[in-house]
Amino acid sequence: MFETVLIANRGEIACRVIRTARAMGLRTVAVHSDVDAGALHVGMADAAVSLGGAAPAESYLRGDAIIEAALATGAQAIHPGYGFLSENPDFAEACAAADLVFVGPSAEAMRAMGLKDAAKAAMEAAGVPVVPGYHGSDQADDVLAKAASDIGYPVLIKAVAGGGGKGMRLVENADAFADALRAARAEAKGAFGNDAVLVEKFVAKPRHIEVQVFGDGTRAVHLFERDCSLQRRHQKVIEEAPAPGMTEEMREAMGAAAVRAAEAIGYSGAGTVEFIVDASEGLRPDGFYFMEMNTRLQVEHPVTEEITGVDLVEWQLRVASGESLPVRQEDLSIHGHAFEARLYAEDVPAGFLPATGTLSHLSFPEDARAETGVRAGDEISPWYDPMIAKVVVHGATRAIALKKLSRALARTEVAGTVTNLRFLLALAAHPGMVSGDVDTGLIGRDIDALTVAPEVPGTAIALGAMALAGVLEADDPLTGFSLWAPLRRTVEVEVEGERVSVCLEVSGPDATDLYWGDTRIEARRLGGAWRIGGRPAPTHAVAGDTVTVFVDAGHAIRAVDPLAVGGDTAAAKGVIEAPMPGLVRAVHVKTGDRVEEGAPLAVLEAMKMEHVMKAGRAGVVAEVPVAEGAQVAAGDILIRLEDDA
Amino acid sequence: MRLNSAFIPGGEDAKRNRAAHLAALDEMRAAAELAALGGGERARERHVGRGKMLPRERVANLLDPGSPFLEVGAVAAHGLYDGAAPCAGVIAGVGRVAGRDVMVLCNDATVKGGTYYPMTVKKHLRAQEIAEACRLPCIYLVDSGGANLPNQDEVFPDRDHFGRIFFNQAQMSAKGIAQIAVVMGSCTAGGAYVPAMSDVTIIVKEQGTIFLAGPPLVKAATGEVVSAEDLGGGDVHTRLSGVADYLAEDDAHALALARRAVGNLSLIGPDGPPREAPEPPAYDPDDILGVVPADLRTPYDIREVIARIVDGSRFDEFKARFGETLVTGFAHVDGWPVGIVANNGVLFSEAAQKGAHFVELCSQRRIPLVFLQNITGFMVGQKYENEGIARHGAKMVTAVATTAVPKITMLVGGSFGAGNYGMAGRAYDPRFLWTWPNSRISVMGGAQAAGVLATVRREGIERKGGTWSAEEEAAFRQPTIDMFEAQSHPLYASARLWDDGIVDPRRSREVLSLSLQAALNAPVEETRFGVFRM
Repeated sequence: MFETVLIANRGEIACRVIRTARAMGLRTVAVHSDVDAGALHVGMADAAVSLGGAAPAESYLRGDAIIEAALATGAQAIHPGYGFLSENPDFAEACAAADLVFVGPSAEAMRAMGLKDAAKAAMEAAGVPVVPGYHGSDQADDVLAKAASDIGYPVLIKAVAGGGGKGMRLVENADAFADALRAARAEAKGAFGNDAVLVEKFVAKPRHIEVQVFGDGTRAVHLFERDCSLQRRHQKVIEEAPAPGMTEEMREAMGAAAVRAAEAIGYSGAGTVEFIVDASEGLRPDGFYFMEMNTRLQVEHPVTEEITGVDLVEWQLRVASGESLPVRQEDLSIHGHAFEARLYAEDVPAGFLPATGTLSHLSFPEDARAETGVRAGDEISPWYDPMIAKVVVHGATRAIALKKLSRALARTEVAGTVTNLRFLLALAAHPGMVSGDVDTGLIGRDIDALTVAPEVPGTAIALGAMALAGVLEADDPLTGFSLWAPLRRTVEVEVEGERVSVCLEVSGPDATDLYWGDTRIEARRLGGAWRIGGRPAPTHAVAGDTVTVFVDAGHAIRAVDPLAVGGDTAAAKGVIEAPMPGLVRAVHVKTGDRVEEGAPLAVLEAMKMEHVMKAGRAGVVAEVPVAEGAQVAAGDILIRLEDDA
Repeated sequence: MRLNSAFIPGGEDAKRNRAAHLAALDEMRAAAELAALGGGERARERHVGRGKMLPRERVANLLDPGSPFLEVGAVAAHGLYDGAAPCAGVIAGVGRVAGRDVMVLCNDATVKGGTYYPMTVKKHLRAQEIAEACRLPCIYLVDSGGANLPNQDEVFPDRDHFGRIFFNQAQMSAKGIAQIAVVMGSCTAGGAYVPAMSDVTIIVKEQGTIFLAGPPLVKAATGEVVSAEDLGGGDVHTRLSGVADYLAEDDAHALALARRAVGNLSLIGPDGPPREAPEPPAYDPDDILGVVPADLRTPYDIREVIARIVDGSRFDEFKARFGETLVTGFAHVDGWPVGIVANNGVLFSEAAQKGAHFVELCSQRRIPLVFLQNITGFMVGQKYENEGIARHGAKMVTAVATTAVPKITMLVGGSFGAGNYGMAGRAYDPRFLWTWPNSRISVMGGAQAAGVLATVRREGIERKGGTWSAEEEAAFRQPTIDMFEAQSHPLYASARLWDDGIVDPRRSREVLSLSLQAALNAPVEETRFGVFRM
C-alpha cells in the first residue's frame, strides 16, 4: 500500500475519497482551484496544492499540474474521483509514465469503452446482449422489412445520419412497415441529404439499470444492480439499490453479463455497466441490453455500499496498490434497500436552471448519510456542478428505506440558494415511486405535478415576519407596551415572488398576533419556545434580509426594503445587466448603433445556456463595457443605451 | 427592608374595590378607544381612500416593531368642543425609533382636517415640553390645516398658543435636540413652519403640501390660479424651494426615511461618535481608477467614487434633488459615521445653501465631515452675481470655517478658486488634506488665467492704438498656461506641503479611516457659527 494519495477532484467526491483514505491510515493531498482555496476538501486533506484559475481547464483538468503536485508532495497514487480526468486514458498513461499509480482501470480498458459503437460491438462479441438492430448497408426494402420481423415488433426506424427525432418512425407491426419506411426516408433525405436508415428494437418502457462491477485485472465480481430510472433529461435524480421488481434470475443474468464485459477488457478497479431494460412485460432475463460502461466510480456508488457493506473506495485503493479482489462473488450479498437523492442548487420553477449562492445555512439529519463537499458559508459557484449533497438512506425493506428518504429530505435544511429539495420530496412521494413502478419517462410524464408550487404555509410567513421585525428574540418585559390599545405595525415581506403586508400586533415579549388578508395567526412563547398557530415554530435561519423557514423543503421570506422605492428601473434607463454570472459569448452591437426595442444585443452563456440580451427599449448604444469572452458577474452592465439624439 | 403587605387578596373589600376599579377602567378604556378612532367613520374612509395611513398606523409604522409606546394625553379634549376633537386631533407620546427614544407628534387629519383647537395646541406644547426636558428628538408627522379658525382667539395670540410651537422648535434645535418633520398632508399657513423650522424634512409626493396660503387664498389675494401641487407639493419643495429635503413615494416610504434620519442622529457626545462594525464597500475600490476620467474636464458622477469608499456602499443622500451639483449625505467609512460633502459640478447658490445646511446638521450632531473636492469654482455670470451667489457661497464658507467637527479633505480632482474655500481647502483647517495624483490646484485654470491676462494686455495695447495678432496673443498665453500647469501639479503642491500627501485613490478609504481615527482622539467641541449672511 502507498503512503500518500492525491485526490484529483473537488466537492463531495474528494471529501468522500479523503475520508476512506484517512481511515486506511493514508496521507492525503488535495488539489484546488483559486476559488476553492477554502473549500471543505482542502481543509480535510493533510496537504493541498493550488492548480490555478477557477475554470476547470485552468485547474482540475490540468493533468500535468496535478502530476507535478503529486510528485512535489510525495504522493504515490492519484485518485481521480468522477468527472474531470477520471476517464481520460492519456492522463492515466501520464501517471504511469511518472511512476504514479492511477486509481482506476488501464488506459486500454478506458479506450475500449470510450467509443460507444466500438464498445457495443466488442460487448456483443463477448456475449453481452445489446439492443437488437439492423445497421447494414443493404437498404433494400425487403431486407429492412425482414430485419424488422427478425428483431420483433415494435421497432424503430432511425435515420443513420439522424438526430433530434428527424427521420424516426415507430412501427407497431409488419403491415405498417412499408409506409413508415417511406416516410422516414423522405424525412431523412430532406433533413440530412441521406436517406439511409437503421432498424432497432423499440424499448417500450425503458428502465435504466446498471451493475456495479469490480475487477483486479484478471478477475471481476459484480456488486449487484442499481436502478437509476428516475431521470430528468438524462440527469439522474434519485437512485436505488437493488432495483425494484428485480428477480433473482435476471439479477444473475445481468451480473454475469456485466462480469463478462469487465473481464473481456481485463478490467481493474470500480466500473459500472449500464443496461437499458425493457420493462413493458416486467423484468425478464432476456429483456436487458448493454448501453455503455463507465470506467470510474459513479456518483451513485453509495447505494451499492449501503446494501453490500463494501467500501468501494477502500477496494479501489487496495486493488490499485496491487492487491487482488478482496472477496469472491459468493461472499457478496444484498442487505436491505438503499436510496440516494441528489440535492442540487437549481431553480425548479425556472426549468431546473442551475443556481448559485452562498449557503447561509446547511444541515442534514443525523440519521441519513449526507455526502457533501460544502458547509454553511460556502458558495455554490457557477464554475462547477451545482450539486450540494447526496442524501443516502438505508432500510431493511424498500418501503422502510423510502420512508426514511422522505423523512431525511424533509429534515434537510438549506438556505442561501434555491434547491430542488421540494421536487425530490414530491418525487419520493410519487405513486410510481412508492409502488416501485419506475421507468425513465416517469419524471417527464408527471413533471407538472412534481413541480407544483405549494402554497406557502401561514406559519412560515408569520415566523419570517416576526424574525425580520426582530420580535422573536425580544426579552424586554416592556415589549409591546401601550396604555390602552396595542399598536399594529406592518412588515412588508416577499414570499415566492409575491408581496405580503403582514400586520404585527405585539402585546408583550411573548405574544404577537399577525394578520394579513383573511389570515390571523397567534404566536405565543411558552417556556422559551415559540408556538405559532398553536404548533411549535419550525426551525429557521436568518441571513441578511432573508429568513428561511424550514417547512415544506424551506420557504424564503425576504424583507422588502422600504427605502428601495422610487427611481427608474435599470431596464427603462436602457441598462442591460447580466441576469446571472456567465460568459459573454457574443456582442451584436457596437457603440453608436441604433437599436429597436427587443433587438438582440448580446449573448450571455451561463449555466450551459445562451441567454440573448435584448434591448428593453429603442435607443442608441452608448457603451459596451464588456468584450466577447469576458466573464461577468450577476448585475454587471453589458450594454448601456441612451436616447436617440 | 422589604415592605410587608397587610392586604387580604380574597377579601370582601378587595372584591368590592376591584369591581369598582374595573368599572372605572371600562369607562376610561371606552374613552380612550373613542379617542383612538379619531374622526368619524366617513372621515377615516376618505383619508384611507386617498392612499394615506391612518394616524395610529403612521405612529406604529414609525416605531420599532414591538417597542413600547408611552402615549401622552390620550383622552385630551374628551367631552370638549361637543366631542369634535377626539384625542385633541393629535397623537403624542414617547416611542422608540432605531433603538432611541423620541417624541412623536402626529396630526389626525380625520379630526377637522387636523386643525388646531385650543387643546390641540396645549397638547402639542406639553409634548414639546417633555421632549425638551428629556432631550428627546421630535418627529412631527404633519397633516394639518393649521389653526382652527372659529377658535382663533384661543389658538393664536397668547404666549402658549400656536406660535409657541415654532419657538419651541427653534429652542430645541438650538439645544441640539433634533427636529424632524414628515409632511404627509397639508401644512398650511402657520402649519407650514413646522416643516420649515425642522432640521430635516421629508415630504410625501403628490400628497404633502407646504404653503403659507393655499390655492383659494392665493386666488383671492392676487388672482393667481395654481394647483396645490405646483404651489407647494413635494416635487416643488425638494427640487426648487429647498423647504423639504427628502421626497417620499408614499406614507410607508416617508416613515422609513424618518426612521433612517433618526438612525443618523447617532447621539454623539463630546467624546466623538460611536464606531460601528466596519463593512467593506459593495463596489470594489480598485475600480476607482476606471470610474474617474483621466481628463479632469470629463464630468462624472461622484457617487461612483463614494460607492467605492463608504461601508456597504450605503449613502443616505441629503437633499438629493436640490442643488444637485453638490452631493451631501451620511455614510460610514470603516465604521466611522461621517457626513460627506462632494462636488458634482460647479457650485450654484442652491448647492452652496445646501452645503451650509448640511454642515450645520453634522456640526449639531458632532459627525465628522469628509470633503471630496473636485471643484472648478462657483458659477459666474450676471444672473448668479445678481442673485447673490457670493452671499450664498459665504454661508457655506462660514459654516465650513467655523464648524468644530473634524474635517478631512481629499482632493479627488480640481481645486480651483473659491470652490477650494467652501470645500475645506488648506486654509480652512481640515485635520488632514490628502490629494489624488490626478488632482490639480490653482487659483483658477491655466487657460482662464491666461485669458484674463491676455484680455488686460489686449485692452492696454488697443487703448494705445496698437494691434495684437492672434499669433502674438497665443504666444503670450502659453507661458501662463505652462506655469499654471506646472504649479498646479500634485507633486508641486505636495512638495510645498500645501497638503499632507498624495495617496493612491484605491486606498482612500483606509487613509480616511486612519485620519478620522486620529482626529477623533481629540474631543469634538460644540460648534458656534458666525453670522450667516442671509
